[in-house]
Amino acid sequence: MYQYDQYDQAMVDARVEEFRDQAQRRLDGKLTEDQFKPLRLMNGLYLQLHAYMLRVAIPYGTLNSRQMIALGDIADKYDRGYGHFTTRQNLQYNWIKLEDAADILADLSKVEMHAIQTSGNCIRNISSDHFAGAAHDELIDPRPYAELLRQWSSFHPEFTYLPRKFKIAVIAAETDRAAMRLHDIGIQIVKNDAGEVGASFYVGGGMGRTPMIAPQIREFVPLDQLVTYAEACLRVYNRYGRRDNKYKARIKILVHEMGAEEYTRQVEEEFAHLLEQGVEPPLAELERIKPFFADPAFEDGPKSIDRSDPDFALWVDRNTVRHKHDSYVSAVISLKPVGGIPGDATGDQMRLMAKLAKQYSFDELRVMHTQNIVLPHVRIADLHALWTELEAADLGAPNLDTIEDIIACPGLDYCALANARSIPLAQRISEKFAKNGRTEELGQLKLKISGCINACGHHHAGHIGILGVDKKGTENYQLSLGGSEAEDVSLAKITGPGFDEDGVIKAVETVTDVYLETREDGERFLDTYRRIGMTPFKEALYDK
Amino acid sequence: MNILTGNDLKTGEVVWWDGQNWSLSVHDAVDVGGMGEQILAAEEAARRVNVPYALVASRTEEGVRPAHIKDRVRALGPTVRRDLAVPTASKTGWDWVI
Repeated sequence: MYQYDQYDQAMVDARVEEFRDQAQRRLDGKLTEDQFKPLRLMNGLYLQLHAYMLRVAIPYGTLNSRQMIALGDIADKYDRGYGHFTTRQNLQYNWIKLEDAADILADLSKVEMHAIQTSGNCIRNISSDHFAGAAHDELIDPRPYAELLRQWSSFHPEFTYLPRKFKIAVIAAETDRAAMRLHDIGIQIVKNDAGEVGASFYVGGGMGRTPMIAPQIREFVPLDQLVTYAEACLRVYNRYGRRDNKYKARIKILVHEMGAEEYTRQVEEEFAHLLEQGVEPPLAELERIKPFFADPAFEDGPKSIDRSDPDFALWVDRNTVRHKHDSYVSAVISLKPVGGIPGDATGDQMRLMAKLAKQYSFDELRVMHTQNIVLPHVRIADLHALWTELEAADLGAPNLDTIEDIIACPGLDYCALANARSIPLAQRISEKFAKNGRTEELGQLKLKISGCINACGHHHAGHIGILGVDKKGTENYQLSLGGSEAEDVSLAKITGPGFDEDGVIKAVETVTDVYLETREDGERFLDTYRRIGMTPFKEALYDK
Repeated sequence: MNILTGNDLKTGEVVWWDGQNWSLSVHDAVDVGGMGEQILAAEEAARRVNVPYALVASRTEEGVRPAHIKDRVRALGPTVRRDLAVPTASKTGWDWVI
């Protein structure tokens, strides 16, 4: 994986010291909160319901064991013994003291990490396919380009004060594992008819209060012009994006209101102008980056395993994914134990995952946007030993992509913006389906819960989505069906009037009953919904 | 009753105005009547508290209970991590929040 050069390290170290001074001035009473707030947000420090929250960037979700150990140690030393992996492949600490914040950033810097641009109206952490570099179906490894974009977007002077926050995802497979078209810019690396590798650009997607699927605005951009094209997209947005209304400030609104055709025309004009100016990073930089993402030294080995232990066999079937080398798999460590808090991991669990990565996965880990962890390169021969250790640490839940593998934002339990709690719903639903034994029968079923309209829990993209709202001071939940963040992307539709907490859990059970009664061979929940439409589900939910 | 809350500047902990200082227990909160804005302005200016605001609460047999669920979660802690609850906040258990 990428390693900082002297410039990266110097920039991060300088930022730590700058923030140390800013925080001290706030503590000394020399800065008001209004003066300090934009400074702390530039360093990922929010003020949430119970305390300060620090969001740490994990570029394109890639970590090594040293970094994961540091994250676990910070959880124990400065927080309350745990951290929360997020839907943008980052990590959040919930109980940070302002007086410790600069020390935490210094600890992060020692392992080439930071919290810069994890907040504010700038280009946020670049996200990518969590199986990048391991996936059997990818064209090339997208991470060198994600890294190039990370470097380009870090402290970019023109894009530090955009109309609103800006999120970019890069993938290189037909299968979309990064919700690419629900980003401000989604980049898919593709091959054209001439056999050349380039990038398709999708611009203006997003979730939040106005969910939109990004339209494709350019089918093919040569890879040596990728950053220039991204810059052109940003420039047009920066020029015309609304700054008078934060709810209409995202690029999706601009593309929608301007029209994709006109937006594209302006991007193309800007692109032509930028090509003349030569803003693309020198090819030498990409060539410097690429070796950091070279394949590890894969070795041939056994391609099958002893499946006599049914619990192990179930975990293998559910939580391992085909690898590009046939003696290996990518193994998913579920952070969704039955009744647990989605995405939370203790310091001990983080250190264990780091140890296992070093032992079994060439020192690499990935954070999934679904709040699980991947060991990308595990020898098939090592799977049983790996599973045994995961089981012992409550990390062996066999539930990838099932109804127990729920995305849930922190919700009203932690978040100052939330209207309703998300986590208790996730806990109760996973318990219910684990208890009634239907998880296996239901197959792939992606359930996503957000505690407010900002949609951090991706409810718009859930096969089943739940949105928490405030109804006269009490929690209420809207149910929606039919969303997908994958290559078959779609936005979920609301079923009808909302439910209270018990009611929405019952409603989830009801819609799964409809699915089981009406599905045809091989259909997932989403397929059945798309075939039969909303009506049978509504009738079951609301007709007495 | 009208009470005041905010977050401690150094630690970020949730605090409640007890008439003279900022307490970690919601049950120490006092009714500030119509003086809320004045107290908030003075306290924020003195850098003693972060992002303070006024809210409506009621005095019950179990103590001071904020009217809105968000403030009750702030008073007690995350409902999903009862081990991390503010020790002095709940006299009757977690049903108090909901």
